[in-house]
Amino acid sequence: MIGKWQRVGIMGAALAYSQSTLAEYAYNLQTPASQVAQDVFDLHNLIMLVCLGIFIVVFGAMFYSLLKHRKSVGHKAAHFHENTTVEVIWTVIPFVILMGMAYPAARVVIDMKDTTNPDMTVKITGYQWMWGYDYLNEGVSFYSNLSTPREQINGTAEKGENYLLEVDEPMVVPVGKRVRLLITANDVLHSWWVPALGAKQDAIPGFIRDSWFKADKIGTYRGQCVELCGKDHGFMPIVVEVVSQEDYMAWVEKKKGAATSAAADNTRTFDAADLMARGEAVYEASCAACHQADGKGLPGVFPPISGAKIASGPIDAHIDVVLNGRPGTAMAGFADQLSDADVAAVVTYQRNAWANKTGDLVQPAQIAAARNGAAGEAAASAAQ
Amino acid sequence: MSDAAHAHDDHSHGHPSGVMRWLTTTNHKDIGSLYLWFALIMLFLAGSMALLIRAELFQPGLQLTNPDFFNQLTTMHGLIMIFGVIMPAFSGFANWQVPLMLGAPDMAFPRMNNWAFWLLPMAGIMLMGSFWLPGGAVAGGWTMYPPLFIQGGISYDLTILAVHIMGLSSIMGSINIVTTILNMRAPGLTLMKMPLFCWTWLITAYLLIATMPVLAGAVTMLLTDRNFGTHFFNAAGGGDPVMFQHIFWFFAHPEVYILILPAFGIVSQIIPTFARKPLFGYASMVYATASIAILSFIVWAHHMFTVGMPAAAQLFFMFSTMLIAVPTGVKIFNWVATMWKGSLTFETPMLFAIAFVCLFAIGGFSGLVLAIAPVDIQLHDTYYVVAHFHYVLVSGALFSIFAGIYYWLPKWTGNMYSETLGKWHFWLSVIGMNIVFFPMHFLGLAGMPRRIPDYALQFTEFNQIATVGAFIFGFSQLIFLAVVLRTIKSGEKATSRVWEGAEGLEWTLPSPAPYHTFETAPVVK
Repeated sequence: MIGKWQRVGIMGAALAYSQSTLAEYAYNLQTPASQVAQDVFDLHNLIMLVCLGIFIVVFGAMFYSLLKHRKSVGHKAAHFHENTTVEVIWTVIPFVILMGMAYPAARVVIDMKDTTNPDMTVKITGYQWMWGYDYLNEGVSFYSNLSTPREQINGTAEKGENYLLEVDEPMVVPVGKRVRLLITANDVLHSWWVPALGAKQDAIPGFIRDSWFKADKIGTYRGQCVELCGKDHGFMPIVVEVVSQEDYMAWVEKKKGAATSAAADNTRTFDAADLMARGEAVYEASCAACHQADGKGLPGVFPPISGAKIASGPIDAHIDVVLNGRPGTAMAGFADQLSDADVAAVVTYQRNAWANKTGDLVQPAQIAAARNGAAGEAAASAAQ
Repeated sequence: MSDAAHAHDDHSHGHPSGVMRWLTTTNHKDIGSLYLWFALIMLFLAGSMALLIRAELFQPGLQLTNPDFFNQLTTMHGLIMIFGVIMPAFSGFANWQVPLMLGAPDMAFPRMNNWAFWLLPMAGIMLMGSFWLPGGAVAGGWTMYPPLFIQGGISYDLTILAVHIMGLSSIMGSINIVTTILNMRAPGLTLMKMPLFCWTWLITAYLLIATMPVLAGAVTMLLTDRNFGTHFFNAAGGGDPVMFQHIFWFFAHPEVYILILPAFGIVSQIIPTFARKPLFGYASMVYATASIAILSFIVWAHHMFTVGMPAAAQLFFMFSTMLIAVPTGVKIFNWVATMWKGSLTFETPMLFAIAFVCLFAIGGFSGLVLAIAPVDIQLHDTYYVVAHFHYVLVSGALFSIFAGIYYWLPKWTGNMYSETLGKWHFWLSVIGMNIVFFPMHFLGLAGMPRRIPDYALQFTEFNQIATVGAFIFGFSQLIFLAVVLRTIKSGEKATSRVWEGAEGLEWTLPSPAPYHTFETAPVVK
């Protein structure tokens, strides 16, 4: 769509690629996988070439002067200054060059902002520190956490190929479809970015902003949160799997089946061993980032759970904090993220792990009751 | 001999000695030195934080810091370098040089001058002390974006107080500079004959007076959101987190020029001296400086292209930002035209000034790349931005400060610095600086976010190169410290002109400049 200077871009890209074959370093933007990313790639190459040209002319003159007009080679200083013609020329020429850049840039801006006529819509929510995805047309919802093991981060295990850029549940989209993104956040600012798809949008709590992409090629594209969001800002990656339409339909069916079996868990009664095993896994994924794997927290920043009153006092208060959080602190509510079975398991785990030995077992039915109780109270207060 | 004369001089005016001399001084030269020493101490503190950051980033994985402490380091490094190093250093130059260049006996408000300085160490102690508070120092980024900033502990409130105090200090300093420049010029020294350094500071001072109250307003809203139940930035209470960013950048974009305009002034004094040729376009330099200052008020949202704004707003802020390249280009062309057909020599101040022109231009070009909204959206909050603003602030602002110190130190101390050590400092700094920050362009393009304590494996090599460069750059600043200390104590005696090509009132004074100067105003023809 931008023929003439696309060729200029390709020249620049060819330069970058010839270098990158020499070493495994990247010197330019990631290989584009969407038209917007391609446009940005070309625009960047064009501007770089213009800048390089200006740099060579201006600093060529300066370094010529540094060599030839030095006192040590006997150059005597001229005394000219102020020349209106020269000054007008070097004000007008940059202005004209800028106009030349502004036109193609404006076209890409307008294209990027056009989120109309999507084939599908996905709502993306930033949390401290994971991403939530809701497929509004398909009714599929899930959370996406970093899956790199802590041992690799701490250096006790060898780092894998996709270190820090791998998740438990990737976002899956069909190839060649316009995907509209509705982006928001639950707690603080985050920013959703996948470089190869050319989509970046800040996630703002309380507001929904939109963006879009259309992936041209099947593949796995990786990105990261790019707005400082606290301690684990560097540990909430984004993975987008672009698949064929058939594979996408199969994935949607599988996710719906998984949702049904998870719902079945919420009506079961678990034994102590199952609750503790499930609870430990939930704790690792949702709690340990702040409260630490040993339950001791970080002094002054995140309170401990091990030996804390909350884990030995009334069970209802404990469940309430897990479900609804503590307003005004970093403790978020997990009511939306965790199922009844997950909350039951993690509360059981917290009350029986480390220094905590209450012997309490919490079942999914109690969580469902707590949720309904809260909803009932809210309805009652609304009625008043 | 000169010590005895000095002591006598002080005594005759009833000045206290020792610590009390410095606490109670109203002399512009004393206060200038205090600002510069404060900036140097803070440079080493915030520089040490940078080295700790780079050491952590030497390889993937967490080795030296935990993520929370890492965020404290990046936040405090930024806050202290901006408010504790660059701004006070430029104030130090203004205090020393503005009266000397204007032929004025002192600053217009000497007592307020004293207070403006002594507020700074108080703010510095609060900021540094917050590392030892429960929860550690502020870790929400120097930009202080809510809601993250609302979550923090007591050190966040302390930081708000420190920012208020530093803002107060800046406003008082600026009023002093504006009044001095407008009212205390020697007879015959019209505004359009004034040295360019005074012009750039005059415009900078107006920028400070205009924007510091905006910052004060923004952080006060943070304070009441944190402690008194207001919801300026909380959507649940009808507020908007993005509003903070608009207010903050309405302050912080002019702030960017506050950090670079005095640098333009210093370099515009140095280049004509060592080219032995007058500045090519004095008037156009003044107009370019004023244009940059005015434009700085209508470009702020280019820091926020990714928050999601209408296409029309993106286009407006893109075009207005690109426009800044025109007056900035005029400045670069003027410096090159001043060198053209001069009779150049390359003493350390000139070397730093040339490096400034060349490397600041690289920061300018990456700024132009970032002005293009679609490209900025790809590169926003990546290491490309880190590379961009360090080219502007390290090889820009900091190098101009080094250039100015080497240029005027003989006038201030009466001794020449060691040219050999100065050249070592220059070459190690310029090479080290490029090794640290040039690879960061590639890291940003490849997709490495900023403000992360750990990174994916494909970013390893460039991070290792940057870390090696950081240690070369950091440790070569010890040479600078040695040069300054040696020059104060000893060295070849400087003449009153100091440099063959130097022009201006300060060079008519003996070196070192006496404690009181221009008690009778000189006449400029």
